[in-house]
Amino acid sequence: MELLYASCVGLLVACGVFLILRARTFPVVLGLTMLSYAVNLFLFASGRLTLNKAAVLGYSSDYADPLPQALVLTAIVIGFAMTAFVVILAIRGRSDLGNDHVNGIVPEKKGKA
Amino acid sequence: MIQHLTSLPVLLPMLAGVILLMPPCGKNVDIRRKVSVIMSLVTFAVCVSLLLHVDQTGIQVYAIGNWQAPFGIVLVADQLSALLVSLTALLCFVCSLYSCAGDDEKGSFFHPLLHFLVMGVNGAFLTGDAFNLFVFFEILLIASYALLMHGGDKHNTRASLQYVILNLVGSSVFLIALGILYGVLGTLNMADMAYKITFLQGDDVYLAKIGGLLLLVVFALKGALLPLHLWLPNTYATALPVVAALFAIMTKVGVYSMMRVYTLVFGDQAGELSHMAQEWLWWLALATIIMGGIGVLASQDLRKLSANLVVVSVGTLVALVAVQSVNSSAAAIYYLVHSTLVSAALFLIADLIGKQRGKVGDRITAGRPVSQPMLLGIFFAIAAITVIGMPPLSGFIGKVWILKSTLESSHTYWFWGVYLLVSLAALVSVSKAGSTVFWHHTGKADTHSAENVHPAQIVAVLVLITCAPLMVIFAGSLTDYALSAANSLHDFSSMTNAVLKGAK
Repeated sequence: MELLYASCVGLLVACGVFLILRARTFPVVLGLTMLSYAVNLFLFASGRLTLNKAAVLGYSSDYADPLPQALVLTAIVIGFAMTAFVVILAIRGRSDLGNDHVNGIVPEKKGKA
Repeated sequence: MIQHLTSLPVLLPMLAGVILLMPPCGKNVDIRRKVSVIMSLVTFAVCVSLLLHVDQTGIQVYAIGNWQAPFGIVLVADQLSALLVSLTALLCFVCSLYSCAGDDEKGSFFHPLLHFLVMGVNGAFLTGDAFNLFVFFEILLIASYALLMHGGDKHNTRASLQYVILNLVGSSVFLIALGILYGVLGTLNMADMAYKITFLQGDDVYLAKIGGLLLLVVFALKGALLPLHLWLPNTYATALPVVAALFAIMTKVGVYSMMRVYTLVFGDQAGELSHMAQEWLWWLALATIIMGGIGVLASQDLRKLSANLVVVSVGTLVALVAVQSVNSSAAAIYYLVHSTLVSAALFLIADLIGKQRGKVGDRITAGRPVSQPMLLGIFFAIAAITVIGMPPLSGFIGKVWILKSTLESSHTYWFWGVYLLVSLAALVSVSKAGSTVFWHHTGKADTHSAENVHPAQIVAVLVLITCAPLMVIFAGSLTDYALSAANSLHDFSSMTNAVLKGAK
């Protein structure tokens, strides 16, 4: 389970980083979203992966760590708000700058006819 | 009441922000301005009383909801954070006053956002919990995103888009770092982390090291340390100057977090992990100073110049943090207050100059003379002398103390050489800027259409620049305060005892 979980997180981070480096706002926003998914999963794992354990003290002798769940919840809410903001900003950038490149200028394509 | 004092620097700005959104402040500009200025004054008064209280009675710990540490979230006010909170509140007052001259009506919600930003900054200074630090970072960031767009144009959109994306990536890295540290240490309370890190063994040590260094990346991004500083000059130069002045405190949040994390959590007691970031910080800080110096020499307008001076000051501060001695931390505290005030003043003065020079704006070229050369000239001269570090103003004391405190470090002469050269560069380019702007004219001053400086703006700038001589006159008590703040910063056991009383 750990291996699957870790490779999931790793794959998401890799995709996220790749997309963020695309330098167009839409892929960048997608990349940021993927990165934040990866982060949420990662935070979950910081409380150790367990099966069939109560999240509340007193209901069973061994319990899952409840704190990472609270952390993930906070991270999701914040991440959601930030994504909403960056989407709006990207649209504004598209209309202000006339293109969707993060530098505001589309670089000339080299080496293509 | 007095036990809730620690929470008020966070709660009052939030209250102010909410009040400012509701009627009658929402519609009426005059009332909104008055309420904003009054609330910022109240916050400042509360912060100063917290500072006095902490100075008399020692570290204050406020358990939110009375959930005791390490399970609940605590706010911790020691001398350093109380000082920084007061500084932030002062800056908030100055900026809200300055914006009353008209800058606040260039977009919506300037005043509420200002107070929300201050709430985030104060929270970041006061919190004793690493995850809470993240939350307050996000609060100050979302307010800063909106403020950055305030009254903006095309260039502004581009700069803020890059700033936002960069900071979102930074937030992800922050969370990953926190996840690693929580996984290893099982706690996020900073004092408890510092205590638990002493018991780490085996592979956990390396994991904690990875977490700690990832945190360094985040703080370096917020603090604009090389190579993550490239966002700063553009962002600060395209933002509205009053916003840039307020942002002068934001890089300091990054520096403060470095101080906290690398002297408390990864401090002397942390065994193999103690001072792990020191080597990195030292050389990166030197490189930042050099880059800032080059930027200062190359700046084409006053705001870019001020922004690059901010980069230099960040480099200096981080170098002091990297030395990790009580004396250097004390020098850093003094310099931090000085550099925040003077960079804010420079941004505001650049704005005043730019507004009176018509099309030329604040570019450093010959143009129309300003219509109030006496007033602005004196303002600029005082701010310039302070920022360069010439006697008799506060920059000089800060500089001497910095040079003296780095004597203990192993690579002192590198630092001295670089720092003094960059100071020379600052001297040259600030004086060139001043003489070009004030003495090289083409055409005549436009006394009719150019607006005179608004009284509120004069008061705001005066407050900032009178701090420079005040910091010299009261240098004795200030240095004592900085020394005792630095002592308590380095005193690992008193901090953990205060926060974790009864929990161990």
